[in-house]
Formats: sequence, structure tokens, C-alpha cells
Amino acid sequence: MVDDSDLDAARRRIASAATLEELRAVENDLLGKKSAIAAMNTRLGELAPEARKERGREINELRSALTGAVAARRAVLEEGDRSAGIAADRIDLTEAVRVPGVGRAARRRGQLHLVTQTRDELEDVFIGMGFTVAEGPEVETDWYNFEALNIPPAHPARSGFDSLYLKLGEPGTVLIRPHTSPVQVRVMEAQRPPIYSIMPGRCYRKDTPDARHTPAFHQIEGLVIDRGITFGDLAGTIEEFTNAYFGPDIHSRLRPASFPFTEPSAEYEVTCVICHGTGCRTCSGTGWIELGGCGMVHPNVFEAVGIDPEEWSGFAFGFGIDRLAQIRHSISDMRVMADNDLRFATQF
Amino acid sequence: MLVPLSWLRDFAPFDLDPVELGEVFDNLGMVVEGMTRVGEGLDGVVVGRVVEIAAIAGADKIRRVVVDAGAPEPVEVVCGAWNFDVGDVVPLATVGTTLPGADFQIGRRKMKGVTSNGMICSSRELALGDDHAGIMVLPGAMAAEVGRPFAAAMGIESDVVYDLAIETNRPDAMSIAGVARDAAAKLGLPFSIPAPKVTATDAGGTATIVIESPDLCDRFGATIIPGVAVGPSPEWIARRLTRAGMRPINNVVDASNYVMLELGQPTHPYDLDRLPGRGLLVRAARKGETLATLDGVERRLGEGPQPDCLICDAEGTPVGIGGIMGGASSEISDGTSTVLLEAAHFERMAIARTSKRLGLRSEASARFERGVDPAGIERARDRVAELLGLAQGHRAVAGEPPVPSRVPVRVARVNAMLGTDLTSDEVRAYLGPIGFSAEPVADGILDVTVPTFRPDAEREVDVIEEVARHHGYERIARSVPRSPQVGQLTAYQHDRRRVRDVLVGEGLTEAIGPMLLGPGDHARAGLPEAPGEVIEAEDPLAREESVLRTSLLPGLLRAVVTNVSHRVIDVPLFEIGHVYGPPPAGQVLPDERERLAAILYGEGGDGRAAADVVRTLLGALRIDDVAWRASRDEPGLHPTRTVRLIAPDGAVVGVVGEVAPDALSAHDLTGRAGWIDLDLGVLLSGVPRRDPAARVVSRFPSSDVDLAFVVDDTEPAAAVERTLRDAAGDLLVDVWLFDVFRGPQVGDGRRSLAYRLRFCAPDRTLTDAEVAAIRQQCIDAVEQRHPATLRA
Repeated sequence: MVDDSDLDAARRRIASAATLEELRAVENDLLGKKSAIAAMNTRLGELAPEARKERGREINELRSALTGAVAARRAVLEEGDRSAGIAADRIDLTEAVRVPGVGRAARRRGQLHLVTQTRDELEDVFIGMGFTVAEGPEVETDWYNFEALNIPPAHPARSGFDSLYLKLGEPGTVLIRPHTSPVQVRVMEAQRPPIYSIMPGRCYRKDTPDARHTPAFHQIEGLVIDRGITFGDLAGTIEEFTNAYFGPDIHSRLRPASFPFTEPSAEYEVTCVICHGTGCRTCSGTGWIELGGCGMVHPNVFEAVGIDPEEWSGFAFGFGIDRLAQIRHSISDMRVMADNDLRFATQF
Repeated sequence: MLVPLSWLRDFAPFDLDPVELGEVFDNLGMVVEGMTRVGEGLDGVVVGRVVEIAAIAGADKIRRVVVDAGAPEPVEVVCGAWNFDVGDVVPLATVGTTLPGADFQIGRRKMKGVTSNGMICSSRELALGDDHAGIMVLPGAMAAEVGRPFAAAMGIESDVVYDLAIETNRPDAMSIAGVARDAAAKLGLPFSIPAPKVTATDAGGTATIVIESPDLCDRFGATIIPGVAVGPSPEWIARRLTRAGMRPINNVVDASNYVMLELGQPTHPYDLDRLPGRGLLVRAARKGETLATLDGVERRLGEGPQPDCLICDAEGTPVGIGGIMGGASSEISDGTSTVLLEAAHFERMAIARTSKRLGLRSEASARFERGVDPAGIERARDRVAELLGLAQGHRAVAGEPPVPSRVPVRVARVNAMLGTDLTSDEVRAYLGPIGFSAEPVADGILDVTVPTFRPDAEREVDVIEEVARHHGYERIARSVPRSPQVGQLTAYQHDRRRVRDVLVGEGLTEAIGPMLLGPGDHARAGLPEAPGEVIEAEDPLAREESVLRTSLLPGLLRAVVTNVSHRVIDVPLFEIGHVYGPPPAGQVLPDERERLAAILYGEGGDGRAAADVVRTLLGALRIDDVAWRASRDEPGLHPTRTVRLIAPDGAVVGVVGEVAPDALSAHDLTGRAGWIDLDLGVLLSGVPRRDPAARVVSRFPSSDVDLAFVVDDTEPAAAVERTLRDAAGDLLVDVWLFDVFRGPQVGDGRRSLAYRLRFCAPDRTLTDAEVAAIRQQCIDAVEQRHPATLRA
């Protein structure tokens, strides 16, 4: 016979089990094959059928009470183990150990060159405006560089390009392009209008390096040729690009200028991105930064590539990518960009 | 070009605020690069006369100077200049003055026991000139003005000097009068160039003119001006020249320079008595002829492919280079009494060529090469005589005055080009004041006469630009054309961006290396550099930038050296850039290619790391079919740690491996450097990509089989893997090398390669028997085709 005090004692034993292992031992004692309950069960057969039924019910109640108590205690102990395990798992994620080496384990993310980042951003703006991106060779013939662009031999404008000629072909016929305009000529030769394209790329001028110039530099030009293109379209396209790239509070203005390949020609300036027009050192106090040149494609250029200037009109513009990056990132001396110094390159 | 406002006012009544007038110049395309106010801040300066100079005890650099400044008491100052004497008239700055050319206020100071009560000034301190060597000693006649304010006594007006950038298509604006014409037109002010008043004389005899080369010089005028007394110019001429940036020399040269600045027509004065034959002859230089120019340099002429224009005396001896610079032999000197004044018109291109080849530019050549008014000769010659205050003797002009060209201009075309809505009358109103007379000849068509001072204007569109300038660029309504196409990158451009992003993700930073290298840079990197193997520049900026790169290796090695020198010890860099090989047969342009290169320098930076990067890159591009072949002979690369990547069609995609030890040590670099060098064109356009169509992923369980082979070291693992793939058949879903082991157990010159193969069928669970059969096929294939045995 099991009385209430025995049940209480059993419950206390279950509750006092400190580990899952102890609990298993207690469980075995109380409910296992050699337990008092098992013995009682064995003896059931000795009872009269009426009493056996009664006694069987009592044993089942007892068993389920003990099983329930064990399960409850197990849940408590398991939860304790889980939390202890999690607590022991603690790590400090700010222990950022720097291991030298370029192996995969130590590798950190690299960086795109500032010029590439700038170029991609510019390309994306123009792609959004419906332009394609055209490219061409960096070493070019005199024809693509100058003659097709209305700059015949001995034209005074040639001296302004500080071209580097190469020992190829006849002397003075092959050079590193001093501007990306030869790509415009190639596009006009290869494609009938309408043309809406930009030409980013690398150029070289024999220009002594200083804080604002390096001989090798990157330019981006744009060319639009369609029916009925006007100077107003040129000014509007430049304003739209300026707003999209620099932000809605940066505006553009055009000033008369002279280039052999465009007529009318203009220099274009944008609100100083540093002082937003109030005047600062970057803009020499004027509130404006000169960005590049532009103009309506000269009829001589159209004629050189076989496009009828009476049927089509167009405009072109161009500016320096490196210079833009310099202004945007307040780089005091452009020459650092040529060093490929990781201390400089990885900060952008 | 320096343009004094007071000089502009000779031609039009400009009364605008100088800053606003500057904006007018800007908007006309004559950009104001600087604006200086001169003749201001002279209020505290008076005319003084030196009455006593005395030494100061204990001082040998400064003296005590007593100046009569018109007051009862003379003023005592201390002065460090020695170029004046008692009796000289000088500008005296009184106490409290801040001089325009100095940034301090003059105070009462005591030096060596002597109190200085002011300062006597140099021309630079007064911002009236550049001279700072001594005190500005005034003309003796100024003694009558002692005590008077200096500016008033000298007739100095305050002035504003603009520094204007004149574009090449504005030859007219290379003169004060031309700038005034343009600005007056914009402002609606009356403009006129006063006609010079000249008188004639019979004195001075005659001179001859012969033009032998009308292709170089189509008009030539010579004027005799007798009775010249060479001496200093009047103060106002000297001051204007100074303000416009020219040094006064003597009255004859100054008058010539003055007229060039004012009217844009260069002239040249000769001493007629030093011109043999009393005449001038214009001809092309003969090869090898020499001439000493005014700057004292001996010039060789006639050496170019096209002729140089020489001015000779009547006997044919050169006395000047036409339109560029005169010779020393007939220079104006103190003794000159008769001047022969040349005023001519030279062919623009001839001047540009000769000036460029001689490396000799002058104020005259700058004007002639842009285009001088061929009809401006007479006015210029008259103005020189007027400025000298002398009568003209014999004068002659050879060559006919030009007929102004006429251009039909369609008003509709003006509006179509500009996006404006101008009437015919509005167009005419813009053109008239700048000298382009426009007469309506038919409906909507103007017959425009181009003034001879605008030789740049040749076509309708040139006239349209003038309309745009005077209408105002800022007044043209802006519009945005709609592109009829979708803007997008080409597949190549898109993939190139992806390549960059993958490399950045792999920890590489992008470099942009030099296009040009120095002699020896290729060789130092182990690359060929003999004549014919590289392209050289004709006339490089520097020796270090004189050879086009044939590889990205030298530039990236240079970048590694730079970084290591700054103790950046891990240098993983990549570059996408063009390289330039010698032109293919029959072509003039180089074999120019866009390449992708990467260098991995630092701990763990070796061929294996480079190969890992390439595998990741190929995976990102869905490229499976590239063969890796060991290659011993790649220039600059490690002979036993380099492979060549070959496309299925045999095209070389590039190389992966390590930089050759010799190339590293030539750059003082130790250790290893992983290297990747791929032809981007072949990689992105010449290699097949895996079909992007989705493959069904099986819902049934997969089975793995591990196979380890002992393989000769010389046998590439990639070849073994290729065989496994081929033998495993369609049920193979993946295979990877998971262990490489070398040691005595596998023997010398061999290694164990352990592969895991994963099999799965799309429609069922594979049976053990099926897997076992495939396993055996794989083993047999590898053992048959390679020097390999299954590792027990």
C-alpha cells in the first residue's frame, strides 16, 4: 500500500534531482522495473477481480502523477542546461583581429578606384536619360583625333591639346588621344542618327603634372544627334544631368567659348558643390565651377563623317572625370591618384 | 589680355559698375580671369621735393631724407633707396596712408635715433608699375606741383584693369577697340573708333615695297615718318602701356605697341637709314638662312616643310621674320631720325607654322595667327603717326584691300539651331552693332556682310553663334530631347562591371596604372623590350613616360613597391586597362587590348590564391569550359607556377600564376606574388557561358562517393577532375577536391588527390548497385587515362 506520505516523499526526490542524470536514476527507482509500483503491479493478480480493478486504477493514478512530476522536473533541468550552454557560447564580435595576408580567411573587401566609381555614377545617370556608352581605342590616328573634328593640320587649336605622338607610321600621324572625341567620330561613322551616346575613356596630354592635372586623365563626352536638336536642348540636357548627378540645388550655366568642332560653343559651369554658390576657395569666390566644354556639332564635322547637316543637328559636351572626383572628394593634389597607394585608395 | 577700363572709354561711354561690366564680358565669352583696381588709395600721397640727404650714424643702408611737401615745416623721413638726389621730385606718402602696393599703414617710426614721418615711394608701392629698385623720381617739371596731391598733380585717374581670356575665334577681341565694340553692342551704347588726324610732308624721301610671296603676305604697307626724336613717351602713353602689361621703351616703339593693343594691328618701325636700298621686300626664306631677332637669338629659317615669311631690305638681306619679330640690325635706336613703319597682313597659317617651329611667340604673332583685319593697315599707320605727333612722308600699300565676304543666313535656321523664336529684325539688330550688316534679300533670308576684322566667320553657323552671343546664352529656353532608345550598357560593359565587383569582393583594390613607362621598365619586369617590341613616343614629356605599356605587370609591380615602402605589407591590386602591342601587319594603329590583371602580394599571396580568385571569377561569369595548361615560358612569370587558360576554340584567355622571382627581386621585393593577366575581350566575348536556363533540382536523396588517387605530381588535378566528370555521366551533380596529401606513404613525386563525387537522379533514389557501378567507371577511367592509382 502506498500512502500520501510515500507519494510526497517520491515527489520530493524528483524535485531534488539536480541533474538530468540524477533524475534518470530517481525515475528508474520510482517507475522502473524494480520499483515499488512495478512490484504492486505484479501483485495485482493476487487480488479478487473487484479489488483488482480498484487497485489497478489507483496504481495508474500514482504512475501518472510520478511520470508527470519527472517530466516537469526534466523540462526545468533541460532549460537550465540550454541557458548555461548559451551563456558559455558568448563571444565578443568586436574582437576584430587583423591577420596579415591575402589568404581567403584574412581577406577584406577591396575598393573600386575613385575614377571608376565616378565614371560608373556618371554612366548610370546618362543611361537613365536614354544614352548608350561608346568606347574606342586610346591610340588614334590624326584623322579621328583632329581632321574629322574640323582641326586641319597646323590649326592653332592643335597646340592646345599637347598631344603625344608615337613612332608609328608617318611622323605626326598616330598619337595617344588627348580627348575622347575620336570615339564620337567612330560612332558617327558606324551608326546613322539618331545618336544618344556618352564616351568615357582615358586620354593623355603632354601637360606638366600639377595639383589639378596629370598627363593621363579620364574624360567623358556626350553626343546627341537627332532631327531638330537645338542649343536649348544642349542647355537643358546639361541642366538635367547636373541636377541628377549633383542634386537639385546645383545648377548649370553656359558661357560663349570656342572649339573647332562645335559652333556655337560654350563652357559650362555648375554651382560650386562645396559652397553651393556662396563663394569659397574651390570656386575662387565666384560660386561657380567650370566643368567642361560643349556646343552644337560643327557642320564641317558632320560633313567629314557623311551626315547631312541640313537634315540632322546635334550637340556634344565633355568634361574630366578625374577633375570631377577631385572636386567632389576635396582632393587637394590630383597626383596622389596615380600612386595607387592603398592608404589613399581604400578610403572612398 | 589686360584691358584698362579707361582705355575702353575712348570708344564707348561705359558707365556701368566695373563688376557688372565684368559680367557682360563673361557673358560675351571674354571671360574675366582677373580684375585689378589701380590708381586708387593714393589720397595720402603728395608731391615732394628732396631738400636734404644726410647719413645716419651707425647705419649704412638707410639715410635721413628731408622733403619739402609744401608745408612750412619740411618732413623728415628715413629711406633705404639711393637712386635720387637733392632737388629730385618724389611721391611722399604721409603718416596714416596705406599704399595700394603695400599692405601696411605708414606710421611714425624711429630708426637709429631718427624719426621717420612718412615714406617716399617706388612705383610698385603706388601700384603704378613694377619698378621696386628705387624711388619713383618724377619729371623735373613736377617741382611746380610740390605739396599738391600726387594723383591730381600727375593726372592719374583710378582705373580698373580686366584680365580677359580671349578665345581663338575672336581675333577682333585681341584689341581694346574690339572688346569695346562687343561690350557696347551688348549694352546698346554708341561705339566709334575716332579717325586719326594725320598730316603729310614731302620730307624723308621714298621707299620701295616688293611682295615676292603673296601667299605669305597679301598686303604690305610702308610709311616714312621723318623728323623723329627718339625719347621717352608721354606719361599717359607709358601709363596705359604699363597698365596693359607692356613695358614702355621709347616713343616710337611705344606708339607701335600702343596701336597694336588698341586696334589689334601689329606694326613694326625700322630705322630707315639702316635699311640698305631704302625699301622692304617680302619673300619666303631660303633653306638655312639665319637672322638675329630683337631678342638677341640667332634664328634658322626655311627649315620646315612649308615656307617661312621673311622681311628683307631692298637688297634682299633679312631684317625680320614677318609677323613674328623684327631683326636687330634695323632696330630703332636713340639716333634714329627717320622711321619706316611696316603695317602688313600675313597669312594666318604661315605665321602659326613658323611661330610653332621656332618656338617663338610674340604679341604680334599671337594676333596674326588668329587673324588680323586686312583692311586695318591704313588706320594703324595713321594712328602711329598721330601718337608720335609727326607728319607722314611717302606712304604706300602693296596688295589690294580685301572684299568682305558675304554669307546668306536663314532666319529659320537661326531659330532651328538655337531653339529661339527671333524675327529677322531681331537678328539684324544683334548683328549690326558688331559690324555684320545684314540685309533682307528674300523671305526669311539675310545677306550678311562679314566685317574684315572677323576672318573667323566663314559660314552661316558662325553668324548664328554671333546672334546667340548677343541674344545671350542664358536667355535661350532650355528643353530636353527625348532619346528614342533605351539607355543601357552593352553586355561587355555590364560583365566588366561584374568582373570588377567580384574582384573587389575577393579583397582586391582597383589600381589605375601608367599608360607610359620608362625605358627598362618592361625589361625589369621580365618582359620583352627590344626595338619593334614596344612603341615609343616621339617627343615625350619625360623619359619615364616614353614607352607605351605592353603589359599591366610593370605598373602593378610599381604600385606594390610604393605600398611596401609605406609599410602596407598586403597589396592585393587589380587593374583593367589597355595595353598596346606593335601594330599587326598592314595596320598603323597598335594591337590595343583591354586586359584585366591582378597582383597578390603579401602573406598568402601566391599562385594558389591567384587561381582561387580566377575560379571565383569564372564561376561568376558562368564559364566552365576553360582549360588550365601549365606554361613554362610566360615572360615575367614563374616557370613552374604558371598556367595558361585556353578557351575551347584555342584562344588564349590569359595566364594565372606567380610573378617570376627575378622580376620580384629586380623590384627589391621578397617572397611571392600571385598574378592574373587575362584578355578581357576573350574572357567576356570569346568563351562560351553555361546556359542560363534553370536546371531542376532533384527532390530525391543524393549519394556521395569519396575517391582518393595517388597521382604523379606533373599531372594536373584539373585533368583528373575532367576525367571524373566525363566518366561519372549525367547523374553527377558535383565533384570537388577535398584533400591533397604528400608524404612517404604515397611516394616521391606523387601526391594523393581526394575527390568527393555527389550523385543524384531527378526521378528516383539511386540504388547502391547503381552508385557502385558508376564508382567503378570513375576509378577505371582515371587509372587508364592518368598516371594514377586508387589509394587503398
